[in-house]
Amino acid sequence: MEFKNPPSGVRGMKKEFTLTVYTENQIGLLNRIAIIFSRRKINVDSLNTSPSEIESVHRFNIVITETEDVVKKLCRQIEKQVEVLKAYYNTNEEIIWQELALYKVPTNVIAEKVVVERLLRKYGARAVVIRNDYTVFETSGHREETEGLIKALEPYGLIEFVRSARVAIIKSSSGFHDKLKEFEQLQPGESVAENEYLNERDKVFTM
Amino acid sequence: METLAIQKEQPAVSNKTTTISGSQAVLEAFIAEGVETIFGYPGGAIMPIYDALYDYNEKLKHILVRHEQGGIHAAQGFARASGKVGVVFATSGPGATNLVTGLADAQIDSTPLVCITGQVFAHLLGTDAFQETDVINITTPVTKWNYQITDATEIPSVMAKAFHIAQTGRPGPVLIDITKNAQLQKFEYSGYTKMEHLRSYRPKPIVRKEYIEQAAKLINAAQKPFVIWGQGVILGGAEKEFQAFIEKSGIPAAWTILGESAIPTSHPLNVGMLGMHGNYAPNVLTNDCDVLIAIGMRFDDRVTGRLDKYAKQAQIIHLDIDPAEIDKNVKVTIPVWGDCKETLPVLTELVERKNHSQWLQKFKELEQKEVEEVIFEEQNPSTEIMTMGEVIKVMNELTGGNAIIVTDVGQHQMVACRYVKFNQTRSNITSGGLGTMGFALPAAIGAKFGAPERTVITIAGDGGIQMTIQELGTIMQNEVDVKILILNNHFLGMVRQWQQLFNDKRYSFVDIASPDYVTVAKAYNIPGRSISNRADLKDALSEMLNHKGAYLLEVIVGKENNVFPMVPQGCSVSEIRLK
Repeated sequence: MEFKNPPSGVRGMKKEFTLTVYTENQIGLLNRIAIIFSRRKINVDSLNTSPSEIESVHRFNIVITETEDVVKKLCRQIEKQVEVLKAYYNTNEEIIWQELALYKVPTNVIAEKVVVERLLRKYGARAVVIRNDYTVFETSGHREETEGLIKALEPYGLIEFVRSARVAIIKSSSGFHDKLKEFEQLQPGESVAENEYLNERDKVFTM
Repeated sequence: METLAIQKEQPAVSNKTTTISGSQAVLEAFIAEGVETIFGYPGGAIMPIYDALYDYNEKLKHILVRHEQGGIHAAQGFARASGKVGVVFATSGPGATNLVTGLADAQIDSTPLVCITGQVFAHLLGTDAFQETDVINITTPVTKWNYQITDATEIPSVMAKAFHIAQTGRPGPVLIDITKNAQLQKFEYSGYTKMEHLRSYRPKPIVRKEYIEQAAKLINAAQKPFVIWGQGVILGGAEKEFQAFIEKSGIPAAWTILGESAIPTSHPLNVGMLGMHGNYAPNVLTNDCDVLIAIGMRFDDRVTGRLDKYAKQAQIIHLDIDPAEIDKNVKVTIPVWGDCKETLPVLTELVERKNHSQWLQKFKELEQKEVEEVIFEEQNPSTEIMTMGEVIKVMNELTGGNAIIVTDVGQHQMVACRYVKFNQTRSNITSGGLGTMGFALPAAIGAKFGAPERTVITIAGDGGIQMTIQELGTIMQNEVDVKILILNNHFLGMVRQWQQLFNDKRYSFVDIASPDYVTVAKAYNIPGRSISNRADLKDALSEMLNHKGAYLLEVIVGKENNVFPMVPQGCSVSEIRLK
């Protein structure tokens, strides 16, 4: 994908992009999408699959750090796969996103140290489980927020930490219901699908 | 939450059902899809299908190959010659993994295939059962679509989907892996319905006239327009539309090797071959034209050479059916996304009738230079030993340009693509994108089944022929009338050429010994001859072509001949070397 001497304008700056992919719920599709990245030696920072606003349609959120030019090409390769309905990519400014994190800490430390309690309030953490030996807190937010709490808890004996993949909602999206109706027709209306790509070539890509 | 059905129910052919096995359902699907020829090799996990095939002997012709790779290349040759879907059977495990090279080849060269592999019983999946491999995951990167069936009731709809995906849009290989229990399972079969629509698959976009109008505007204003075309023209069956377009607009046109034969070689606007070993004029003038019109081609690196020095001065129009190709390698000015059979007539309607005679003259001048410095000597050598180019020249005289030529990979392939004359489409069958040595012999077998009325000549080197030489057995058993022309230079010639030019003649493992091919052929009951004298060339080629049935001719050619012109790797197309 990257060539030795890219033409001017192609280089661009690498930044975080979130891909939102609407697909059929099909075994093997995750692999088919994943190899589009691994084949090009691109690391996937985060990947989440979930149901979407429409029953039977699956939704992937994939986060990668790349130039827009590369991301655009990746989006096209993803959308080319049979059983992928549509792929969008967005910058962080264009989406609302959250990540969920769980922290396991020794209960005795939590009980004794007042500082920890204050910390937890500051980071908006909630207790999920409280046992004699350990307590599990959860928090959600952006990467910096969940990471901030790790750093804060480390001195108090953080036993385990895990963070979920990113889930994201596109600010400007009006959902997938209308598009799907068009996809189900033999001859989709001219106002959807194809046209977006050609009208807003640099912004949106569609099949 | 809104609820929508995953896939609209296919209407049943009738309400009546019959009880059949999964294996029978596979074969019924083939018949409904018009399949007549299957290339395959049986084995444990696909035995139920072969058992069912025993009763379909009159409707379906099965060609037993000698190796699954031979089977899939044969299916590719069949598809390329006929325009129909090639069909392959293989068993699980090694049978399936032997298909991988052919799948990769078909994927990169957009060849429609439906491959059926047997798989172990569903309850054994993941247990490392005998001849179990994870075929779906192995073949995911090299198939347009693949799917594993574990329940026979899925077979009719999945087969319909497989054929729909393989042959529509940008064609490609599909692999269906069927567990043995599903092949054996009896179920209530209510008929087969072809698939016409799949909501998550858009083979063809709507033609957007405004983009074609913009393209026409650019073309009409151009002083030095240049058309480059690829296999998309052939895959779209748009040869006539393409010819009408270049004839009205008067634009010179050059081809990628997979696009070759879409219009006759002798067409006055056909200015030759693009790329690394292509013709001089089209390569040099790529960097001189003002509007470059790319039709059904994908700007492969062997065609573009160094990208940042490729047609930088030109405005580029790209007609392609696959949106992922647009802007992939070359940023285009105007994308005309669609099936060129639909877009080209609209474009032809809008372009002005022109005659770019001065511009065309430039191609002629550079062509003359290439003739003087390369072509004449290659076809009329002053050396005692024969050249590949002169063999092709004499062959052209005898075939009149009407044969299907199936080439392998290497020097002979480049020479054949450069010099073979073609009068009709779907005549040049070669492994373009993947460069699969060993492709030619089995692909020629398939091509003969795909176009039985035509003469099929396979041209191979002494390296490639030895990779799949076992398919002589298939030729023998099925009495396949293919002409096998081996151009033997006693080297892995293309690698040797690079070692000579770029590695100081350090010939590292390119010196390949050959068996006595005529004796080998004889063992397979195929007549043959080997020649090394120019005086015998015409007679030997005539004998081969006039022989009824398969024939093998070995021609000994110069050991260290090089293919020129050449765009060295990392160089721009206009830096093409004539020697």
